[in-house]
Amino acid sequence: MNIVVCVKQVPAKDAPLAIPEGAAWIRETDIGFELNEPDGYALEEALRLKEKHGGEVVAVSMGPERSKQAIKEALAKGAERGVHISDDKFYELDPLGSARCLAAAIKREKFDLVLTGLQSDDHGFGQTGVLLAELLGLPHATIIMQIDAADGRLKLKRELEAGWFQWVELPLPAVLSIQSGINKPRYATLKGIMAAKKKEIATLTRAELGVTVSPTQRIERIYVPKKTKKTEILTGTAKEAAAKLVEKLKHEARVL
Amino acid sequence: MATTTTTASQSVARGGSFLVESPRPEDVFTPADINDEQKLIAQTTSEFINDEVVPLIDDLEHHKPGVMIGLLKKAGALGILGGAIPEEYGGAGLDKVSSTLLSEQLAAYGGFSVTHGGHSGIGTIPIVYFGTEEQKKKYLPKIASAELISCYCLSEPQAGSDAQALRTRADLSKDGKQWILNGQKMWITNGNYADLFVVFAKVDGDKISCFLVEKGTPGFSVGAEEKKMGIKGSSTTALSFENAPVPKENLLHEIGRGHIVAFNTLNAGRFSLGCYCLGGVKRTIEVSSKYSKERTAFGKQLAEFGLIRQKLAEMAIRAFALESMIYRSAGMMDAFMASAETGTNKTQHMMKALEEYAIESSISKVYGSEALDFAVDEGVQIFGGYGYHEDYPVARAYRDSRINRIFEGTNEINRMLIIQMLMKRAMGGVLPLIPKAMKLMEEILAGPSFEEGSGDAFAEEERMVANAKKVFLLTSGSAVQKLRDKLAEPEHQEVVAALSNIAMDAYAMESSLLRVQKAAARRGAGDVGVMSAAMRAFLFDAADRIEHEARTVLGAVAEGDMLRTQMMALKRFSKREPGNPIALRREVATAVLAGDRYPFEYR
Ligand SMILES: Cc1cc2nc3c(=O)[nH]c(=O)nc-3n(C[C@H](O)[C@H](O)[C@H](O)COP(=O)(O)OP(=O)(O)OC[C@H]3O[C@@H](n4cnc5c(N)ncnc54)[C@H](O)[C@@H]3O)c2cc1C
Ligand SMILES: Cc1cc2nc3c(=O)[nH]c(=O)nc-3n(C[C@H](O)[C@H](O)[C@H](O)COP(=O)(O)OP(=O)(O)OC[C@H]3O[C@@H](n4cnc5c(N)ncnc54)[C@H](O)[C@@H]3O)c2cc1C
Repeated sequence: MNIVVCVKQVPAKDAPLAIPEGAAWIRETDIGFELNEPDGYALEEALRLKEKHGGEVVAVSMGPERSKQAIKEALAKGAERGVHISDDKFYELDPLGSARCLAAAIKREKFDLVLTGLQSDDHGFGQTGVLLAELLGLPHATIIMQIDAADGRLKLKRELEAGWFQWVELPLPAVLSIQSGINKPRYATLKGIMAAKKKEIATLTRAELGVTVSPTQRIERIYVPKKTKKTEILTGTAKEAAAKLVEKLKHEARVL
Repeated sequence: MATTTTTASQSVARGGSFLVESPRPEDVFTPADINDEQKLIAQTTSEFINDEVVPLIDDLEHHKPGVMIGLLKKAGALGILGGAIPEEYGGAGLDKVSSTLLSEQLAAYGGFSVTHGGHSGIGTIPIVYFGTEEQKKKYLPKIASAELISCYCLSEPQAGSDAQALRTRADLSKDGKQWILNGQKMWITNGNYADLFVVFAKVDGDKISCFLVEKGTPGFSVGAEEKKMGIKGSSTTALSFENAPVPKENLLHEIGRGHIVAFNTLNAGRFSLGCYCLGGVKRTIEVSSKYSKERTAFGKQLAEFGLIRQKLAEMAIRAFALESMIYRSAGMMDAFMASAETGTNKTQHMMKALEEYAIESSISKVYGSEALDFAVDEGVQIFGGYGYHEDYPVARAYRDSRINRIFEGTNEINRMLIIQMLMKRAMGGVLPLIPKAMKLMEEILAGPSFEEGSGDAFAEEERMVANAKKVFLLTSGSAVQKLRDKLAEPEHQEVVAALSNIAMDAYAMESSLLRVQKAAARRGAGDVGVMSAAMRAFLFDAADRIEHEARTVLGAVAEGDMLRTQMMALKRFSKREPGNPIALRREVATAVLAGDRYPFEYR
């Protein structure tokens, strides 16, 4: 089973973020980057499927030069090849634009399955995988908790609300968005890291992929939410205070 | 392997040459030059230590049977134990920068990093560098996987710093097939669960030699676990040999050449020790910074108090200087390795590298252990009473840190070694210390010249660094002139230690400055603001320390007119702009607090 796994590089979880005045993206100098955590689960799932069914795993990542690190991590953990869509302005893309680029790169591959994480830790659109499936014209399912592959079909366990699960079946090829926590991602061994140096990373640009994107959505501004905390003590007897509280909930908070 | 990013421009610098040469920023390796693979090695190690080891600290501190061994096996499977072992013997054959990163990460738990150092460092290196092909094939793959746990057995109850006074003896059996060992060893890291013991003993009375002793050897026994102040998770025991027979082929290297094995191994061990300490300082900064925001006093977070910010800043500043030195040295070792002509035996060449940079390795050890002791002490202080309680990890870090100034050669011994090695290189003509000192004397006698500032953004700092080196030349020259061979005698140790402090601070100053200059060239001067503040604050204090040490030296070795002339020269070399270290530290503290971490990683 040939599997493409989409891996994104995102700012490290504990990186101190700074937003330049009026900017629509964070300042990237001085912060660390890491593999998008949900994609780590998708990668692990891809590696396990390959180990069970044979085939190869190709890691695809879009972003500036630094994002190759996400591919290298995938290669160190056992992916066979990498495809880097080199794009310094990728953060300006809306999910549809990202999905278009990814789809164009993935179409060049012979694959049976495409795996994505559930969402990215930076933008958190939660749509790229789904859009990708649409652009590839393939069936898809999201929030995957378990994958059983047999005879060219997938039996999938999806997580629903409130502790409910759902089993669905899909034919291959397909696109799946993997739920975080589905597995325990492996470590990259030092041997794996050395071996990865000899593995191929192909580099493509948007132009080479023939993708032109006109954003349908644009980030206007990003900002840190202002912490506003106003404590008001309602005085009077319990009965009076309760009455005042109801009043406030009705007319100020408008939750009643 | 060749993960080094060393570019062709990085010329191979001689060990100790920092005192007589002025490399360009692009000639030195800095953490910003660490490549993707090297970062992945750090990442794997960090994930391993934080996910697998840290949750088990309680069990490890109480020596719960099997826990440490289990972790070592896991570490082995990931390749973390085989950094020093060439790939053909099952190791990872890491370059120095990679193994530096690895050591730093392991410092998240002192009990583990010491165990790692005993096994993968000083317990492995003797076999890698001095083993026969059979010995390497037999032991190294099993050491890499932790199937065998190794240890280094030099110290004895009566011979610690003075290791060559060891009394353990090895006599050839009557049939000539075995070595019979008799004696005792003390303080052996990993003693309790080691399977392989690299033991130093004397043959024919005075020929120090090295033997590989396996667990279960008759007459060989391991003492009880020592009750230590810290690094309780590591095992430390005495060993005893009573007519213990060791197969003849288990002699490592040659009879009478054991001290070469011992000291080369310690060169490597000392360098790594500084790396563990650097990692320890960074972890201490993290917990201290977080706590300073959680705790309030007088209606404010601790982090809002100037004196707390000063502590956080100073930890980061010392880490910055230490890190700049350590990665510069690691880069020099890797460049030295890369310069090997094809066909050279890589292992032999690595040993030469360790010898070449023995001065830098001792500096890493001394500076690292003292930076960590400073950091954990201030860490405890930031935690206040809670820092004095075992429920808080800084209390353990405080206890764990203390050993670093003692083992792998005490800091006193290493301070003296630094000067001894420098003098040896000067006398041997390897380092032009003597001609440089003579030239400086001429300069001094010619009287002050008006120095034109270059107008460069770092002109003042460059001058401070150049002056630090001049002060070393001035003071060491004066000391050698007065004391000559007597410099090595016990009654002049204070002078030697002061010279050593000057040399170390000069290396730290220059490495910090070159790193900032390299970053500024790469990213623009506007983008290195905080780093530059850290460097400036460091230089400000280091220049003071150097002046102080220099006065101490000159006062002891010069007198009369000579003393007056030299003091005037010192005054000239100590001249500098006023500076505002309080403001600089505030800037650094803000950066620490912004992310609750050491703010210059990979920069
Ligand atoms: C941060 C985050 C948190 C999440 N939390 C949860 C959670 O707690 N529980 C959970 O179950 N999932 C959760 N999800 C999953 C999320 O619902 C999906 O990943 C994502 O919305 C895409 O879902 P989907 O492809 O299943 O499309 P759907 O959610 O099925 O639909 C996408 C869109 O298609 C349109 N559409 C679909 N069906 C119809 C219809 N019959 N008629 C008209 N329009 C239709 C609607 O516009 C709809 O919004 C979460 C996702 C994220 C990113
Ligand atoms: C936890 C722990 C783990 C250890 N692990 C190992 C190990 O794995 N293998 C191993 O072989 N050893 C190990 N050691 C031993 C360690 O290397 C020695 O303790 C160390 O070298 C100091 O020797 P000593 O204890 O005999 O102190 P001493 O040599 O007695 O020194 C006492 C003091 O005198 C000073 N001093 C000694 N000589 C001089 C001098 N010439 N000039 C000035 N000052 C001097 C020292 O600096 C020190 O301050 C370990 C020790 C400890 C505590």
